[in-house]
Amino acid sequence: MTDWPILSAVTFLPLIGAAFIFLIRGETEGAQQNARYVALWTTVITFLISLLIWVDFNNATADFQFVERHDWLGGAFNYYMGVDGISMLFVILTTFLMPICIIASWDSIQNRVREYMIAFLILETLVIGVFCALDLVLFYVFFEGGLIPMFLIIGVWGGKRRVYASFKFFLYTLAGSVLMLIAIMAMYWQAGTTEIPKLLAHDFPAEMQTWLWIAFFASFAVKMPMWPVHTWLPDAHVEAPTAGSVILAGILLKLGGYGFLRFSIPMFPIASADFAPIVFWMSAIAIVYTSLVALAQEDIKKLIAYSSVAHMGFVTMGIFTGTAQGIEGGIFQMLSHGLVSAALFLCVGVVYDRMHTREIAAYGGLVNNMPIFAFTFMVFTMANVGLPGTSGFVGEFLTLIGTFKVNSWVAFVATSGVILSAGYALWLYRRVVFGELEKPNLKTIKDMNRREMSYLIPLIILTILFGVYPKPILDVMSVSVDKLITDYNQAVLVFDQAKIALKP
Amino acid sequence: MLYQAIVFLPLIGALVAGLFGRMIGAKMCEYITCGLMVITAILSWIVFIDVGFAHTTAKVQILPWIQSGSLDINWALRIDTLTAVMLVVVNTVSTLVHVYSIGYMHHDPHRPRFFAYLSLFTFAMLMLITSDNLLQMFFGWEGVGLASYLLIGFWFKKPSANAASMKAFIVNRVGDFGFALGIFAIYMVFDTISLDQIFAGAQAQVGKTFTFLSWEVDILTTICLLLFMGAMGKSAQFLLHTWLPDAMEGPTPVSALIHAATMVTAGVFMVARLSPLFEITPDALTVVTAVGAITAFFAATVGLVQNDIKRVIAYSTCSQLGYMFVALGVGAYGAAIFHLFTHAFFKALLFLGAGSVIHAMSDEQDMRHMGGLYKMIPLTYAMMLIGTLALTGFPGFAGFFSKDAIIESAFAASNPVSMQAFYMLVFAAFLTSFYSWRLIFMTFHGRSRATPDVLSHVHESPNIMLIPLYILAIGAVVAGFIFGGYFFGHHYAEFWGKALFTSDGNNLVHEFHNVPLWVKLSPFIAMLLGLGLAWLYYIYNTSLPKITAKIFEPIYKFLLNKWYFDELYNVIFVKPALWLANILWKIGDMILIDGFVNGIASRSLDVTGKVKSMQSGYVYHYAFVMMIGLTALITYFVVTGGTGQ
Repeated sequence: MTDWPILSAVTFLPLIGAAFIFLIRGETEGAQQNARYVALWTTVITFLISLLIWVDFNNATADFQFVERHDWLGGAFNYYMGVDGISMLFVILTTFLMPICIIASWDSIQNRVREYMIAFLILETLVIGVFCALDLVLFYVFFEGGLIPMFLIIGVWGGKRRVYASFKFFLYTLAGSVLMLIAIMAMYWQAGTTEIPKLLAHDFPAEMQTWLWIAFFASFAVKMPMWPVHTWLPDAHVEAPTAGSVILAGILLKLGGYGFLRFSIPMFPIASADFAPIVFWMSAIAIVYTSLVALAQEDIKKLIAYSSVAHMGFVTMGIFTGTAQGIEGGIFQMLSHGLVSAALFLCVGVVYDRMHTREIAAYGGLVNNMPIFAFTFMVFTMANVGLPGTSGFVGEFLTLIGTFKVNSWVAFVATSGVILSAGYALWLYRRVVFGELEKPNLKTIKDMNRREMSYLIPLIILTILFGVYPKPILDVMSVSVDKLITDYNQAVLVFDQAKIALKP
Repeated sequence: MLYQAIVFLPLIGALVAGLFGRMIGAKMCEYITCGLMVITAILSWIVFIDVGFAHTTAKVQILPWIQSGSLDINWALRIDTLTAVMLVVVNTVSTLVHVYSIGYMHHDPHRPRFFAYLSLFTFAMLMLITSDNLLQMFFGWEGVGLASYLLIGFWFKKPSANAASMKAFIVNRVGDFGFALGIFAIYMVFDTISLDQIFAGAQAQVGKTFTFLSWEVDILTTICLLLFMGAMGKSAQFLLHTWLPDAMEGPTPVSALIHAATMVTAGVFMVARLSPLFEITPDALTVVTAVGAITAFFAATVGLVQNDIKRVIAYSTCSQLGYMFVALGVGAYGAAIFHLFTHAFFKALLFLGAGSVIHAMSDEQDMRHMGGLYKMIPLTYAMMLIGTLALTGFPGFAGFFSKDAIIESAFAASNPVSMQAFYMLVFAAFLTSFYSWRLIFMTFHGRSRATPDVLSHVHESPNIMLIPLYILAIGAVVAGFIFGGYFFGHHYAEFWGKALFTSDGNNLVHEFHNVPLWVKLSPFIAMLLGLGLAWLYYIYNTSLPKITAKIFEPIYKFLLNKWYFDELYNVIFVKPALWLANILWKIGDMILIDGFVNGIASRSLDVTGKVKSMQSGYVYHYAFVMMIGLTALITYFVVTGGTGQ
């Protein structure tokens, strides 16, 4: 294991890059180009360093690794970082997607390039921080702070209704944030520490768990987003620039799922078990409801956004089963969705950059002029409908098989989502890609260029690789998930026995 | 290595043609994919002889796939007699179709893509038939579905082809929905999804029940019916059949390979593969028999009145698959696979023959515009004639052995619906004979009804298309009497080994020989009646079809519109789904949820009275709120000094 603070390096390197960009003066073309290159190099180097975390990661232990700990604010609480099998791969996912975002924004962002790149680099620091933080306060700072650059990205570089979209996002998030803050105070009051490893070992009283669970749930459910608090997502996606959508779908949606795994289930197991049926039904409804709504969409990005909500439904459903397949499937689904939905939004970006419209009806017959794009979009469409052999299948399959053991009705309803997803995804593909190329303004459309291929081809390779051979991913998480399940079942068992014992 | 080569050579072909097709050119793609397929086919026959007669079985581990908790799934190849039979069927037909396509697709600018898809399909099908666990089977299952989707929609400019490809994929997904639930249920009950472990544990589950969707139901019956739902989708059985006729929008070689000889038989293969499960689940077998018999009958009735030459053969395929399911349902698994085997030859022959006709007729598919072609394309005519004789079960031809074995088994069997199935199959045999000869007479005999322009271009197909027909024709003639004894006869037990499971009480393989003479003769008589009637209608007095259609107009319309299934499904599934989609979006999301959120928002903002500034500066407000929160938190910690309480 390494001695140097690798997690801090990966977390704060983007911030250093941001500082460099800040020092670049002027609005000339050259200055903008410099800003782009600094951002690209920073994110690439961050990604390469972060790979060392995976290389040095020990799959055999559920403990936190690469731990760093320093006193902060006079010892009241700590700067405390570390990763385990649940969080580590999200760090890698973040560092992997960031360079792609920068390249995808290369030509499409032309105004305020410096600020844009700075916003992305700060966002990267904050998001990585969320996954590495082992102190509640630190977590809170990263978690809530991460939304600020996202607001800015949508609000400054977004589409026509960007103000409405980010305002809606803000409203939704606000309520959850306040409740989570109160819950964090209550936890500190109860346990006397803000250190996550200690909190994980702490037994919160059952009634208190209920309230804490609800407070955290309010925050995480919005971030997921779960039905019925999902309506901010389609609006945010529609207005966000391409790279904003990539980060939103690829990473920010995973914060909620990660929160459930880090806090709700291990810290409040009894409440989690009590609330699980509600979560199941919210998830199952989300899958069917949003898949149906996706069927009716006329805007490409909205359709993909709704399909994201459906896919996140599989995640919440799987996580709360408390089974190995359900939880590992949930994590896998999040990682896979991070690749696939990011790629789908990038595909939309490819045609948006050429035609400046997201309306499905404005397209048709693209395959005639854009065979490479057609192939790429087909791969990700199939991954989105969960075709076996793509990474999208593994997560869906595992969450469903885990859920079936716990509640066959929920699994039944959720499985019907595979029919609906085929419906909306293939219909979208048919309307955009197949058919005659009839619209006059499409006649001269050009196929993907090298820059676009440079980030979509790696995504194709990974999507298929992890569909056929998901072992490297599953191996990382299995021990940590095992421990999570053991502790969870133990806590629920003890509580149930106590309840029985109390009954005369 | 032999087994890996068989499965992965087509994949290599698909990747080379698909990814580098533009670079190496169409000719090269054809040589590579066809060359690899020829090798694969030869290796398959070697394996078939080795496994079927020398009884070598094998299991080859390739790679771990999904491991999670007690779930341990590997990519692996399972080689036994059932696999070997399927290998021969798939690779032989696939190779011939590859070669035939060189001629048939000669003018198409997208040949590399076409050959890539064909080879990709072959690979997925091989993964399906070699699977050692249910999930790999599911992989192949959906993989062939993907290839089928891509090939039906191959001519992507045709709106009808796009619609048909989507329909095929989605209807198949309905079946896969059941298949998936079946896999989940199996894992819950058996704690594994690898075949051998399921089979080992199956006996212990007989008669036990579990709770599924709030009902207390029999475990094995539920599992078998869920899995069978997948088989119904893939094999286009009654209720889930609507995609198959539309799938004829694809190029004709595709119809021959995927929608006749191989992919659609995957459902039959699956039930046969799971015979240890189905054999001890009599209720499920009864359902299989009933669905098969209804399909055999239903599809044959629709086939009577279709005018598109490919659609007639498509309904015939649907109907013949029904026969196979009846065989499975009564416990005659060997007969089912035997019919699958012979059917692959003669149905591929018929389809490729039809392709040759269409090729000759400048892409005309409507039989009303054909007629009198036998003089102009005699070789194609001869091949189609052999195919028809085999399909209708003319004595000596392949279909005669396999079809009669099924009909006689249905009579000899003793499940609750087997007798009804027997009568329906005999009647369907009559219908089969009628529509098959109708096709021959309308296409090749009588006066020509084509335009002079088309007629002037009619030509016999080149050898590259005819040679595959000759080979298939040989199969359609000899496959029955050579292999009958092995598939469903004296060498049954020895040939199949453990690949098919028949319980001790199941002696159909002997009993079907001992049925009364009238039973043995009934399919033959039905066939003669059909031939006679077709001759009467389409040769002797060609005004009869019109008169009959007029007299029985409601029935004629009913059949012509395929029992109105498309219309019915449109009304009860498609339209309501779209209606509900709009309601949920426009009312659920926009009015209820957003209305609620916006209501709260405007109220709280009214109270503060700072709507405007809030909307423009919300980011800073958010940051401000967060900072206040953080300050509160920090103050709180500092004041309480980390002591907590």
